[in-house]
Formats: sequence, structure tokens, C-alpha cells
Amino acid sequence: MAFPHRPDAPELPDFSMLKRLARDQLIYLLEQQHEVDKLYKVENKPALSSNEQLCFLVRPRIKNMRYIANLVNADKLAGRTRKYKVIFSPQKFYACEMVLEEEGIYGDVSCDEWAFSLLPLDVDLLSMELPEFFRDYFLEGDQRWINTVAQALHLLSTLYGSFPNCYGIGRCAKMSYELWRKLEEEEDGETKGRRPEIGHIFLLDRDVDFVTALCSQVVYEGLVDDTFRIKCGSVDFGPEVTSSDKSLKVLLNAEDKVFNEIRNEHFSNVFGFLSQKARNLQAQYDRRRGMDIKQMKNFVSQELKGLKQEHRLLSLHIGACESIMKKKTKQDFQELIKTEHALLEGFNIRESTSYIEEHIDRQVSPIESLRLMCLLSITENGLIPKDYRSLKTQYLQSYGPDHLLTFSNLRRAGLLTEQAPGDTLTAVESKVSKLVTDKAAGKITDAFSSLAKRSNFRAISKKLNLIPRVDGEYDLKVPRDMAYVFSGAYVPLSCRIVEQVLERRSWQGLDEVVRLLNCSEFAFTDMTKDDKASSESLRLILVVFLGGCTFSEVSALRFLGREKGYRFIFLTTAVTNSARLMEAMSEVKA
Amino acid sequence: MDCYTANWNPLGDSAFYRKYELYSMDWDLKEELRDCLVAAAPYGGPIALLRNPWRKEKTASMRPVLDIYSASGMPLASLLWKSGPVVSLGWSAEEELLCVQEDGAVLVYGLHGDFRRHFSMGNEVLQNRVLDARIFHTEFGSGVAILTGAHRFTLSANVGDLKLRRMPEVPGLQSAPSCWTTLCQDRVAQILLAVGPDLYLLDHAACSAVTPPGLAPGVSSFLQMAVSFTYRHLALFTDTGYIWMGTASLKEKLCEFNCNIRAPPKQMVWCSRPRSKERAVVVAWERRLMVVGDAPESIQYKQLTIQVLLDRLVLRRLYPLAIQICEYLRLPEVQGVSRILAHWACYKVQQKDVSDEDVARAINQKLGDTPGVSYSDIAARAYGCGRTELAIKLLEYEPRSGEQVPLLLKMKRSKLALSKAIESGDTDLVFTVLLHLKNELNRGDFFMTLRNQPMALSLYRQFCKHQELETLKDLYNQDDNHQELGSFHIRASYAAEERIEGRVAALQTAADAFYKAKNEFAAKATEDQMRLLRLQRRLEDELGGQFLDLSLHDTATTLILGGHNKRAEQLARDFRIPDKRLWWLKLTALADLEDWEELEKFSKSKKSPIGYLPFVEICMKQHNKYEAKKYASRVGPEQKVKALLLVGDVAQAADVAIEHRNEAELSLVLSHCTGATDGATADKIQRARAQAQKK
Repeated sequence: MAFPHRPDAPELPDFSMLKRLARDQLIYLLEQQHEVDKLYKVENKPALSSNEQLCFLVRPRIKNMRYIANLVNADKLAGRTRKYKVIFSPQKFYACEMVLEEEGIYGDVSCDEWAFSLLPLDVDLLSMELPEFFRDYFLEGDQRWINTVAQALHLLSTLYGSFPNCYGIGRCAKMSYELWRKLEEEEDGETKGRRPEIGHIFLLDRDVDFVTALCSQVVYEGLVDDTFRIKCGSVDFGPEVTSSDKSLKVLLNAEDKVFNEIRNEHFSNVFGFLSQKARNLQAQYDRRRGMDIKQMKNFVSQELKGLKQEHRLLSLHIGACESIMKKKTKQDFQELIKTEHALLEGFNIRESTSYIEEHIDRQVSPIESLRLMCLLSITENGLIPKDYRSLKTQYLQSYGPDHLLTFSNLRRAGLLTEQAPGDTLTAVESKVSKLVTDKAAGKITDAFSSLAKRSNFRAISKKLNLIPRVDGEYDLKVPRDMAYVFSGAYVPLSCRIVEQVLERRSWQGLDEVVRLLNCSEFAFTDMTKDDKASSESLRLILVVFLGGCTFSEVSALRFLGREKGYRFIFLTTAVTNSARLMEAMSEVKA
Repeated sequence: MDCYTANWNPLGDSAFYRKYELYSMDWDLKEELRDCLVAAAPYGGPIALLRNPWRKEKTASMRPVLDIYSASGMPLASLLWKSGPVVSLGWSAEEELLCVQEDGAVLVYGLHGDFRRHFSMGNEVLQNRVLDARIFHTEFGSGVAILTGAHRFTLSANVGDLKLRRMPEVPGLQSAPSCWTTLCQDRVAQILLAVGPDLYLLDHAACSAVTPPGLAPGVSSFLQMAVSFTYRHLALFTDTGYIWMGTASLKEKLCEFNCNIRAPPKQMVWCSRPRSKERAVVVAWERRLMVVGDAPESIQYKQLTIQVLLDRLVLRRLYPLAIQICEYLRLPEVQGVSRILAHWACYKVQQKDVSDEDVARAINQKLGDTPGVSYSDIAARAYGCGRTELAIKLLEYEPRSGEQVPLLLKMKRSKLALSKAIESGDTDLVFTVLLHLKNELNRGDFFMTLRNQPMALSLYRQFCKHQELETLKDLYNQDDNHQELGSFHIRASYAAEERIEGRVAALQTAADAFYKAKNEFAAKATEDQMRLLRLQRRLEDELGGQFLDLSLHDTATTLILGGHNKRAEQLARDFRIPDKRLWWLKLTALADLEDWEELEKFSKSKKSPIGYLPFVEICMKQHNKYEAKKYASRVGPEQKVKALLLVGDVAQAADVAIEHRNEAELSLVLSHCTGATDGATADKIQRARAQAQKK
């Protein structure tokens, strides 16, 4: 369990610096506004506070501006005068100011920015906590966050030195990279002298690999996220887990020793591990039976606290496991996983389609049904027209007609599409896709862009050997490759790409894969001949997921790191999973 | 060698002085300085002379002449003064010449006599005329203080950021003060003035009488006052021939001196030598000079930094010399050479006799991509000189596209600005340009522009989605984007419309749009939804309860739960609910009602399209083993084992599995053999397995 790193594995950089920076800046901002004494969550209801001044710490969203405007205007109507201050994080957008102006309150509020864009969720995981990035960019084509990403990368290179080797794939990755480069050029001199701490950076767009993100997660941390939703690195365990009458908020990171040992494990191993752990713990408790007074004193003062802490964590995770098992067996989780694997491997398509249909008919879960439909579409290069229509019809009958909009979104994002009939169109398609990847791109209307986004999953899977050939049982206790995060059935595409590029130190030899990914124009390598990088730093790799990464991907790359003596660090716009992706595309009024 | 001290003369009892010429003035003055207004800039800067300032004749020959010389008397500029009478001259810290006219207008000239701008000191000054004016320097910049004919003061502490302050009235002031000066205390500019035996301090809020500590008695009038360059020290000369020297805050006296000369001095100034702690006041009369000194503590200021020195060279257009100094001092490029080149370029664009191409090329050749040079600044200067085309050419050299945008907007090249903003990747900049364009162009042109810029279009769409829904619709209309128009109206049917008629109408519009978009599926689905809405309204009217906004599936379920089976079947027919779905939903609903009788009737109505295992499952979910068992017997062979296990009949399940000779089924049953009574069954399976292996 919890395979150790190789002895020569590099140390991780110290990310606590980022926290300190952000904290100091916020304190400074808040202290300028005298006496911020209480924090309220921004919700669409009147502010209860009777204070003379209100300070809002918000994301730069138009919705939030409306909320503030309503509040200020309500105060005005009531003849109240207060001071208002809006702190935007990570930055202010002009459109927000416009809204404040249009609502007639621009003169009443003062604005500030809190440039907090990197939250260290764990020793190796940084999150920008921008879940809206996914929808804004991949659905709406809104590029506002790219600048934020570039700024965040710039901050990282000022703190940890420039990155000698850069790789990337995806249109957004390329734009972010270029913008970041510009920033570095404008402020050169600052970072040049620094010895690079992190040897490689790899930028990857979420739409390069939707498949992995759409799969059910079976590694413990991913499963906990799928089941309970991890928010900002912590999870609310309800009464069914805590086996008491209240919920408990638990931080999930490397500090939690029990969790740290099971987070990357396939779920089938976790229960056994935890019960072994429980027995060991009992044995340690039992030692005190034979103790004399002095030993007992020692035990109480030194070990008991640690044991109790461990005991508490252990019982929480056992509770979580039980709860997961209960939920997963009830909905016939095994059947579901079997269907997913069939889709990934591309056999029994008819059977899988009927399974999905039944799933919809039984109203099992709107998000789950949608996810399965998307998985079918992407792995099959789109649904055949008959299925495309009938599954959508069934879905609308089950979950309501407003999902017509959801389907329009999914089509635009290339997540749920119709197979192009015949070869004639394929010729047009290849032309169109050439046009679309062109820089003058977006002129082509939405109708075409979904055509251009042929996923080619099957061909890619073959090229990159994503479905491991297994003779006999895959021993999940002793994983042999990254496929273990999906029970040995599938190596996550995103992680495989990272692995392959790192091995080659370039995209060389991957031309066909890149073409199949529709990324011919957006795969890049950039190496500075910087011999200042130590061999240790060259084994540290920052992987940047634009549009979100899943815990399964994190686990898979952690595994790869242990195998090869690398350490991976992750930067993501937000931690995501299949449900979050689907919800982002969903148009149902909440 | 005995003449080292030969040119030293005694001064008093214990000091000596000598006189020698540092350099001679190159100028060739025809007028007496006394007939001129004179202003010398600080730190050895230029000297300005205005000849004949008081002549009012309009004849050209007698018009005043403004001459500007370098500190060593080299002529820099000479021009005829054609504006109004000048009361006072002074240099700003940036070496701009401020000429204060009698009417309160201040004209600003450059070192080379080039007119820069003008501003007024306000209406009150215009009405009452300027009696006296002072130009003064503070840490914020250079200020102007005016005494008007109405004996009121107006000042601006920084002409670079003009804010006029009219000072409070001095009570009982009937005539001009005998002397006055500006002070600067705690970053606030003040005026100190003397009226008879009294001193008054004016700040923007109040007028207060002040008394210098330790002032000798018997003073009936102050004849002259002087404040030191740093505003730390003040000297007062009284009608008794007495000099008081102290801090400008009037809190402390440093020394006093009685010179016994009662005549008013022509001038009185503070002076000090570099690196010396000694401070002294020099008082000048017609034919006599007096130095009054003490040695108070003092701090040496190094006011003239390298940067200021370079600025001065640049102002004198000595670009090569400035560059050599930078190189010699090894100044970083950005602060040194680049800055000077940028200044040179700004000068270059003013050469109107050179063509746009040549100027642009010359500038680019010299500047290349020197770090720290902002081509957009140079272009802005070119535009300021009215050379728009040159400005655009220069902007093309600007590597940071974002920097080009503000100027392009100013020059009304908004479409070019839009492409540059997009190139910069700064969405805020794009948005700024968009709003410009929106105001500048008519709607049609604006939309056309957007159409060619997808990045800007998505940005604007996002904004409209939240803030300007109607515009969004127009955008789609313009593009003939019927698919999105359809979606727009669908959204409206949920969000904007409350009444059922309104919703149906919105859906009809959406359906029409979908047909135009050749999206038959969406059109049909929308029409179905219209039908469903109408039906749901009717159901609510006829049956009561909540139907609106339920999905088709949930509508049918609700009907069954309410006991309206016939209606549910009619609905299923009307809306073509597939058999499988109907069976699932009916099964679920009847089980929820625990209407076992009806369920059984239903199960026998025809052959189940979903098989009978779901019946078993759902009965078990309702904990009705008795009913479940009925259906278990009807489950087809391939799911029989599962069904038997569900109802807990392990033994029979084992029999079926053995009969099937199916290994997977055998292990499934085995894994269910957990009860105490299952031991026999487990053995039976093991035996069957062993037998199977034998064969």
C-alpha cells in the first residue's frame, strides 16, 4: 500500500509561499477597509448586517454585480447611506464595472483586486478554483480566463524559476502559453537569474481528452469526489459516514496520514487495508495492558493522542467506504462499470446503447444518463443518427424538455454529436477541420465546428495502446500501469500523452496522434538550452490542466512518477469529475 | 609664492572673502537688467528675460521681447511678446517658463521658446487683475501664487495638475501687504504676509495672525521677507533695520542681527555652499551687500539626481551627449539609453518637413527593439502633432499589441484597435474597444464587425446574455443563426414568460426558428412540448394538482399515482411513449401505491417488454417478498438465478444454476450462501462443480 517514492525522487517545491502571499495581500486589502469584522456568504438575499460599510469579496461575475447593485439600490430606497467596497478575485473585469455603471451604483462603490489565483490544495496540487473556466472557454468560447492563467504561470515562474522545458497541446494551452511568454518578455530580468526548480511544464486542454473525465472513478480519492463532492480540498461527511447525528467537514490531503495511504488505491483494496490498519491500531492500544505506571504515563502523554487521531480518521474513512459501497451496490455499480469498459473497448455497442436507454427510461439520474450518452458519442465518433434521435427523445421524456438546450450545448462542445453519414461528408469534414484549426478559425459557425471535432477515440486508443492486453486477472493490489485507476481496463488518455511526450522530450513520432486529436496546430514544445537546471529539477514536472482535472488523472500520474522516479505537480483550473462536466453543460433552471 | 592670500579681503574681524569669476556671460545685453523681468531656473538652468515688459504701446518695434539664454548666456530663443502685459516670470521644475499675465492667464513655454499651453488662474483674478505673482517650487511640482487687485490670494500648488485655491480673506486688509511669500509646511502650500506690524499666515482654510518667537520690539512694519529653498528657514527684515532669522514654522529663532540700515533692501535671499552646514542670508541694497550668517544644523540635499541631469540634457536636445553619459555610467538601458532615444524620437516626429515614411524608418532604425522604448508613446506624440498616418506607422513597430489600442481608439481607428486588442489576449481591452465601436458605428455595422471577430463576438454575447437579452436576439438574427435563435426563445419560454399563452407563443417562435435551421428534431420536440404544456394546463384545471413543467414521464407517473390510469394511457398514446418506458413507469408507480392487485393485472395484460426481473426487484424494494415471489417464477431462464437470489431462495437458485451448468451463476449463488442453513446448498454446488470438472 502507498508505494514509496524512489529514494532519488526530487523534493516538491514549497507551495506554502503562495498561501502566505495571498493571505498577506488580503489582510492588507481588508485592513484598508477598517474593521471588517464578519464575513457573509454572498447570496441573493438582503444583507442583514447593520454596519456602516459593506465589503464584498467576489468573483468577477455579472451575476454578483447584480446582487451588489440590488443591495445598494435597496439601501438607497430605504434612505440608508453606507460605504461599499468590492474586492474582485482574482481580477476585475471591465464588463463588471459596466454593469455597476448601468445599474447606477458605480459612484457608490469602490473596487479593488485580490490577485489570488493559485490555491494549494495539497503538497502537489494547485487549483485556480475556477470551475466556470470549463463552460466559459469550451462552450461559450470566452477567453477571459486565459489572461488569468498566464498571470498564474508568470507568478509560478517568478517564485520557482523559469521552466526549461515546455510542452503543450490544445488551442487554449497554446494561447495561454503565448500570453505567458509575452508577460515574461515584458518583465524579463526578474526570473532569468533564478535557478529553475521545476524542470518541465506540460499544458493540456480538457477537450483533448474528454473520455477520461467522463469515466466513473474507482480510485479512492476520485470515488470520494464522485460520491460526496470534495470542495476546496475538504469534504462534508454526512451522518451516514460519521455514524453520529451530525455532519463533519474533513480536510483531505497529505496531512491526513490514513487518507494519504489510500487516496491513490483502487477501491477494492481500500477496505482490506483499513481493517488491517484497525487491527494494528487495536494492538497498539492493547499494549497498555501490561504497562507499569511509568510506561503508562509515557504512553498517555506521547502516543495516545496520535493513536486517537488515527482512530478518528480511520473510523471516518471506514464510514465513507461503507457508505460508498451501499450506494454503489444499490445502483448496480458493477453493471455500470461493465458498460463503461465495453464502451472504452468498443464492443457490444448495441448492448451498451440499450443499457443507456434503460438507464434513461428508469430515470436513474439525469446527469449519469447524460454522461453515458456522451461517453458513447465520443468513443464512437458520434452516435448513429437513429440512436442520436431516439436517445435524445427518451431523455427529454424522462428529464424534461428544457434539456433541448443542454443537447445544443453538448453538440457545440463536441461532447454529444451525430455521426456524419457516408464518406462524401468526411471529405468536406476534413476540409472544414483544416479551416477550423486555422487561425482565422471561428468564422465557421457552430454547426460546422462540431463536425470538425471528430474525436477519433478508437484510433487514438489503438495508437497509444490505451486498452492494455491482460492475460488473466489484473492484480489491482500491484498495479502494473496507469490503467489501474480504471480497474486495469483503460489508461487515461491525458496521462498517456504526458508520459509519451516526456519520454521523447518532444512530440516527435506522435504526429499521427496529434492529428487524430485535431491538434496539429496546437501541439508545441519549447526548450531553452538552460544548463542551470539541476538533474533533480529535471525530474519535477508541472502538469497544467485547462478546464479541470480529475483525481483519477492525478493518481495515475502519481503512479507514473513513482515508477519513473519523477514527481508530478498539478495545476488545474478546478478539480473536476464527470458530474461537474455534465452540470456545466446542463441548461436546466436550478 | 607669497601671494596665496593676496586676493582675500577681510570681512569683519574674523573672516576673509575673495572674488573671482567662474565664467563670463556670453550674452550681449543692450538693456539694463533693471528694465527687464528676469527669471533664472534653479540648478543652473536657463535664464529668461522679458524686455520692455511694461510698455503698453502697440507698435511692433516697442513690443516686449522674450529672450531665453542658457546659464552661461548662450542665446537659446528670442521671440516678440504678442500677448498681454506680463507681471511675473518663473521656471517650473521641468524647465518650463511660466509667464503670468496681468489678466491671470499663464502662458507656458519650453526651453527653446516653443509655446506649450496656457491656463487661467480663474475668474476672480481676471476681474481684479494681477497685482503680484510668484512662481514657487514644492516637492509636488511648481506652483503659482497670485495677489489680485482686490488684495486676495489665489494659488495653485502644482501647475501640472491644476487645482486653484482661493485663499481666505485677510481681515481689514485695505492695501497691498508690505511683503509676502509662499511657504510649504506639512505638504500644504501657505502664504505668509506682512501688514504693518502684523504677520498673517494663510492656508486654504483660515487666516491666522502669527508672531515670530523672540522678535525685537518696536517693529512697525516688515520691509522684506525671504524663505529658504527647502522651506525650512525664514528671514524677516523690519523697518528698524533688524533681521530675524528662524525656522519657517515660526517656532524657533535661529539668530537676529541689527544692521542699522533702515532703507528697504532691494533683495534678500538665503544661500549656502554645497556640503556646508552654514546657512546665511544675503541682503542687497543699491550699493551694498550684506551677509548675515549663523551655523544652524542643516541637512545637505542632493536634489539634482542623474535622472534630472539627463532630463536637462534631453531638454537641451543634447541627445548624443546624454547617451554617452549613460554609457559611461553604465546605466541600465531602460533608465538610460532607451529613455533618451525615446525622447529623441518624440522630437523627431515634430520635424514636419520630413515625410512620414522617412521619420518612421529613421526612428525604427535607431530604436530597433531597444527594451523600454514605447513606440506607442512616440506615436501618441506624432498624433499630438497632427500626424495621424505617421502615428499609425509607428504603432506597427509596437510589439505589445495592447499598447497600441488606446491611441488607435483616440485616432478613431476602432476596427484596427479591435484586431490589436484581440491579438493582445486581454479580454478587458477587447471589451473596451467593443463599447467604443458600439457607440461609434450603427448597429448593423457593429454587428458586421463582430461577425468577423469570433473572439470578440463570444465575449459580447456573454455580456448580452446577462445584461442585454434583446441585443443577443438581434445578433443571432443578423447572423441568420436560427439554431441559436431557437434556443434563445426556448430559454425565454422558461425564464421570461409566466403566462401559459406567452410560453406557448415563445415555443412556437422557437419551433419556427428550428425549422429554418433545418433542425427537425428540435422543432418537433418543441412542438411536443407546446402540446404537453397545453395538456398539463388542462389537467390542472380538470383534476387539480401540479402538472405544469413536469416531464412527460413524470406527468404519466403523476396521473397513475392519482388513479387516472385511463388518462395515463391516453397520454402515452398521444405522445408515443415507448412500451418499455410505459412499463417501467407504471410498474414503479403501482408499486409506490402498493396497489399489488392492479400491478398483477398489469403484468398479465400482455408479455412484459422489460421482462419480469424488474417486477421482482421493485417488489423487494417495497419489502413485499410475497408479491416478489409471484414474479420470480415468471422470470426468463437467463435471469432466473438473479431473481431467486433476490427473493432469498438460495436453494432453488442453486438448483437452477446447476441445471444451467453456468460457472458464473454458480459462483454468484455461492457468494450468497452466508446463512447457517445454506451449508447444504454450498456443498451441493461444490459437488456439482467437481462433477462438471470430471466431465
